[in-house]
Amino acid sequence: MAYRTHVGALDSYEKGVIELDDDLRKYAFSNIFEVAGAAAPFERVAVVQNLDYVAEVMRVEGDSPWFAAPHDEFATVMDGEVVFHFVKLEDGQKPGHEGGAAQLGAKPNGAVMGKVTARRGHQVLLPEGAAYQLVSAKPAVALIQTVDGPVTVKRWSDICTLA
Amino acid sequence: MDVLDKGIEKLGTDPDTGYASFRLGSFTFRRDEYFAHVSWPKGSQIIEIDRFLRAMVRDIGWGFFYGWIFFDDIFGTTNHYGTVDIFAGSYDRGCKDAGIDLLETFPAETVAHAFETISRDWISEGYDPLNAPLETGSPIGPKGKERTDPLLRAFIAADRMLGLEDDKAVRSDATGHPINRAFADMAFDAPEIECEPGFEGQLHAINLFDHIARSDVTWNPSISAVTRANICCVTSEEHMLPVIHGNDRNEWFIQLSDEIHWNIADKNTGAPRGRVVMKAGDVCAMPADIRHQGFAPKRAMLMVMENGTPGLETRYASGELKPYPVDFS
Ligand SMILES: [Fe+2]
Repeated sequence: MAYRTHVGALDSYEKGVIELDDDLRKYAFSNIFEVAGAAAPFERVAVVQNLDYVAEVMRVEGDSPWFAAPHDEFATVMDGEVVFHFVKLEDGQKPGHEGGAAQLGAKPNGAVMGKVTARRGHQVLLPEGAAYQLVSAKPAVALIQTVDGPVTVKRWSDICTLA
Repeated sequence: MDVLDKGIEKLGTDPDTGYASFRLGSFTFRRDEYFAHVSWPKGSQIIEIDRFLRAMVRDIGWGFFYGWIFFDDIFGTTNHYGTVDIFAGSYDRGCKDAGIDLLETFPAETVAHAFETISRDWISEGYDPLNAPLETGSPIGPKGKERTDPLLRAFIAADRMLGLEDDKAVRSDATGHPINRAFADMAFDAPEIECEPGFEGQLHAINLFDHIARSDVTWNPSISAVTRANICCVTSEEHMLPVIHGNDRNEWFIQLSDEIHWNIADKNTGAPRGRVVMKAGDVCAMPADIRHQGFAPKRAMLMVMENGTPGLETRYASGELKPYPVDFS
């Protein structure tokens, strides 16, 4: 038998259903493509929160600001094609905040480490000690595994199914 | 809490079916052609053998996972990360009301060894409970030739990220993992990594979907990437989760492909609360006060986010942490 695999995309996704005799806020049910569809480019909207940890949805459209975190982060591309640019941070440039991504004022003037081009289903290491920028000419979607940080956006009431 | 340190004992062999029966603590385990029978001084439970063996090998393979693993509504284990409870009826209102429930605590190695001994005796060649039902034989009938290959496999746990030098490898043709039949319609390509001289090996990316599509086991999460204590697990799911999971912390599901139906019930009583149907791109928390069981009509890709911070289970159990993850205020 031939199988047909269903994946979602910004312009074609179908949200599931949640039917519970319980407070739906406890389940924070959202959809990555719906969140990205309503987000401004490069907002980092939390869709997962586990105490200090989050996963953020990012709509990638154009050239992002530069970001850096004091730990590894991981981006999984969910739609489109994203080019990730990396610059090595000098010791004096390393982020001093506790966790999560911080937005830098401009491209840091360290050594260029290289780039990664990733498409749907690819998981990309955003290594500690590097600053990174995401670039896509057309709207794309990334899910970033990280820590709740200075630019994490929380709009749970807007993104979650509550009734 | 008393910890029983007496290991599993073999009680005898059924002359007709050829299967051995066993005792661990006050629990005895026996199987016939169709069913496993678990007995304890005040009660007994009958569990369909395929379901029982699928649950048992995953329970050991996961290292008893997080919190409660219910083989069915009555029988299961609770992980205390060093010791493990085996319980019957302890989280079932009817058994509690009748006073026939039993819970005993053992060192984790004792339970792992016991479950492996039972599984080894009760599994014959041609049947692999880690495979989807369409991809393996049946466990019913009398004992056949015992398998000699490992019962447990494919529990891949990356330390930092899959595929990094010195870390666990991604699945490939070379590792003996072809693309599963259910994902044969997908196109898989590799990310392009271009390092400047001097930075070779410092940039890294993998095709995560390709890795999941090559999994030859189901309902068997493996670790793909780790941020401090935040663990990203990925897994392919087909047919039904053969256990009901009651977590001791909040966990999150991210549906990567296809759909999974989750039945949700109260963790302590088993009273149903309803269902969640997750489709590709959906994200849903599983609160710490429920139990859940998943059903995947077609093999699906699932990402699970777990917080592996040591000691979280006691902070949730004491009420210090709320049994749900998001503050909407
Ligand atoms: Fe679970």
